Amino acid sequence: MSVLDSKIPAGPLKDKWSNHKAHIGVVSPANKKKLDVIIVGTGLAGGSAAASLAELGYNVTAFCYQDSPRRAHSIAAQGGINAAKNYTNDNDSVFRLFYETIKGGDYRAREANVYRLAEVSNAIIDQCVAQGVPFAREYGGLLANRSFGGALVSRTFYARGQTGQQLLLGCYGAMNRQIQAGKVKMYNRHEVLDVVVVEGKARGVIARDLVTGKIERFGAHAVVLATGGYGNVFFLSTNAMGCNGSAAWQAYKRGAMFGNPCFVQIHPTCIPVHGDQQSKLTLMSESLRNDGRVWVPKKIEDAQALQAGTKHPNDIPDEDRDFYLERRYPAFGNLVPRDVASRAAKERCDAGFGVNNTGKAVFLDFKYAIQQLGRDTIEKRYGNLFQMYEKITAVDPYNNPMMIYPAIHYSMGGLWVDYNLMTTIPGLYAIGECNFSDHGANRLGASALMQGLADGYFILPYTIGDYLSKEIQTPKINTNSKEFDEAEKHVTDRLRQLYDIKGSKSPDHFHKELGHIMWEYIGMAREKAGLEKAIELIAKLKGEFYKDLRITGEFTAMNNELEKAARVADFIELADLMAHDALNRHESCGGHLRVESMTGEGEAQRDDEHFKYVSVWEYKGDEQAPELHKEVLEFENVQLTQRSYK
Amino acid sequence: MADKILKELTLKIWRQKDAKSKGEFKTYKVHNISTGSSFLEMLDILNEELVAKNEEPVAFDHDCREGICGTCSLFVDGRAHGPDDDVTTCQLHMRRFEDGATITIEPWRCGAFPVIKDLIVDRKAYDKILQAGGYVSVNTGGVPDGNAIPIPNAQAEEAMDAAACIGCGACAATCKNSSAMLFVAAKVSQLALLPQGKVEAARRAKAMVAKMDELGFGNCTNTGACEMECPKSISIEHIARLNREFLKAKLKD
Repeated sequence: MSVLDSKIPAGPLKDKWSNHKAHIGVVSPANKKKLDVIIVGTGLAGGSAAASLAELGYNVTAFCYQDSPRRAHSIAAQGGINAAKNYTNDNDSVFRLFYETIKGGDYRAREANVYRLAEVSNAIIDQCVAQGVPFAREYGGLLANRSFGGALVSRTFYARGQTGQQLLLGCYGAMNRQIQAGKVKMYNRHEVLDVVVVEGKARGVIARDLVTGKIERFGAHAVVLATGGYGNVFFLSTNAMGCNGSAAWQAYKRGAMFGNPCFVQIHPTCIPVHGDQQSKLTLMSESLRNDGRVWVPKKIEDAQALQAGTKHPNDIPDEDRDFYLERRYPAFGNLVPRDVASRAAKERCDAGFGVNNTGKAVFLDFKYAIQQLGRDTIEKRYGNLFQMYEKITAVDPYNNPMMIYPAIHYSMGGLWVDYNLMTTIPGLYAIGECNFSDHGANRLGASALMQGLADGYFILPYTIGDYLSKEIQTPKINTNSKEFDEAEKHVTDRLRQLYDIKGSKSPDHFHKELGHIMWEYIGMAREKAGLEKAIELIAKLKGEFYKDLRITGEFTAMNNELEKAARVADFIELADLMAHDALNRHESCGGHLRVESMTGEGEAQRDDEHFKYVSVWEYKGDEQAPELHKEVLEFENVQLTQRSYK
Repeated sequence: MADKILKELTLKIWRQKDAKSKGEFKTYKVHNISTGSSFLEMLDILNEELVAKNEEPVAFDHDCREGICGTCSLFVDGRAHGPDDDVTTCQLHMRRFEDGATITIEPWRCGAFPVIKDLIVDRKAYDKILQAGGYVSVNTGGVPDGNAIPIPNAQAEEAMDAAACIGCGACAATCKNSSAMLFVAAKVSQLALLPQGKVEAARRAKAMVAKMDELGFGNCTNTGACEMECPKSISIEHIARLNREFLKAKLKD
């Protein structure tokens, strides 16, 4: 048997979760009081898990690097959250949501997990309504829905363009209630830098207090990582500045295996990069593609004039505009899935048809929708997004086409987990974006919020109970043990090593360099030679980093540069694993386009015969290559088809 | 609009080593800043230059950089989040400034938000107010169907207006009394407007106001400054609703 046991329950797909719940262990109320759980990260997944576990009676200790749990990056999700309510009577069902998620993920996710996700989706909406989340409502007072890419039904619930914010504030409220009740101990401005493993089980973490710089130890019967994604490995992304992969990466180095690290999502509608001073990319909601038409000029001389700033887009007549998505994909047009839209934009820009001064932008034009529906309707639908666009670019999108370009947005890959959301370290769980489990090679819009809350509210509270039911005899974890000593020393030594380099370049300098390598070679399209080059360049950058890094400020005090340096050190190692994973996956699938694996028409070509598996990487030491394990995916309930949007 | 270059800017920035140390303004120059850069990117550039000179960069709070997380918190030229209306500091862009300008940058000034370092303040007080009652007391599971209780569209919209608060602290930092009324009102009002929150509206209003007073925030004297500086344009009408809820609760005592 493989070292990987996914623990997928037997039986028909629709009965797996209920059968599993019926047979797993449960901890009695009296014993829950004696058990401690650590949760790292307080976004939708971590926040909802912290609240739910505390309500059950466990003692929860939670950490976030932000100054308040309310600021976790789930807050930035705009569009909405999916659920199979079928309130719109358009023939939605748990099976349809499951099917579309599996297909959208290009058949690289586990059937049983995705089905369970669809199954619990409805309860999430009920829970959020009960918490006072002000979802959009119809005039009759019932909940409103809208459509999203990759789905044939309207199943997305939303709160204006701030759905993530409202859902996060809902679970933050639930968590606040438990903080008040003394059941959640919250550590703001704390960054978890290592996981402590005692006799093969996760028993605690080492955290740095970001205000005082002190390194502290925390013990618990189980540890949950809810630390989000690692998109910032690309430097420029739609992630928040502080988003990082460090806790997950250190867990990997302690024995938690990493699933599909090369699967990252590139979102097609972001505001383009304006210059080398840029620190962050801003997403414009995918919902804009419902009414905007994507185009570049047909004539190269028009494109060159736009790039030089000598021509205004409104002066290019319709017959000289290339609506390339409508041209290439007549069936789905501007609403093709994210990966397809992103690659098509890159293809046009690489051919020289980009429309801004860097040549890396395409138009998203609302002229036609305004002509057809009137300005008022468009303003009602997208007013806040148009305002945001104008604030950033100083261009009025009602009278000029928007400029957009793809950017890194989400990581489908993450720590490998079994059906119980447990990693390969017993007692260490990974939930939300931090794990690899539900989105395969591509995530559909409005499914990230769904997964975070499904894991935190309705899955982990059950599955962790099974593990903890075998821990009721374990006393409080003593943090004065050799394992905690070793882990604390490891963290301190690592930070000290970085601090003592005393070179000449800032952490941001290396982070930007890493971002260039990643975007160039491990971005939208990847090929063997480029990936091998990337591995070389990353190794070279790592060498320079450890020779020439400069960290100013004090070691044991608030020090943003030291924080950044530690994150960049981990990103550099993660980048190397991503490159190895991408190199191994000699197929195109989902967000991952492999140049050597395309159809005659230049579309992505999946290779189910050779790659119908999850790549699961095991750490073997800094000097040794990681070992690849394969979790072969079995599809019993869906037919594998080549995705076509033509 | 094509970006221009601001050749030189003078920055007067509050520097303070830690909560216990005395702070002071220090003057810096930055050069060749694109008008397309955000205000925080301009500070990034300054910080890179400081690191190059082996000086400690300016510490400031920021995270999402798209105006929703509520982390950034700068007083720019005497106004919370700077001279533009309805934006957070991270959404402020350099095209708002003239070449050669002098810009003064300070942390939030509010007794309940002590400075941690430079431009970073401690806003735990806002968390504590919400912990006192800013939620609906329901556990996970066992709740009715989402459509069981219809809510009129207008009511849901008004609740959403209040719920848009990002907890940045600009209201209290702007108020001459350092009152947190707009922040408290936004949550009390959101939940009082919704049937799910109405059940414990009285308890919530009393608990949150008591906590606000205990933490050292001042009283509201209706100057309306908070509403002017709120990056999410939250209306002081919500303060009126908070006052009504609070009075109703007190009358029942």
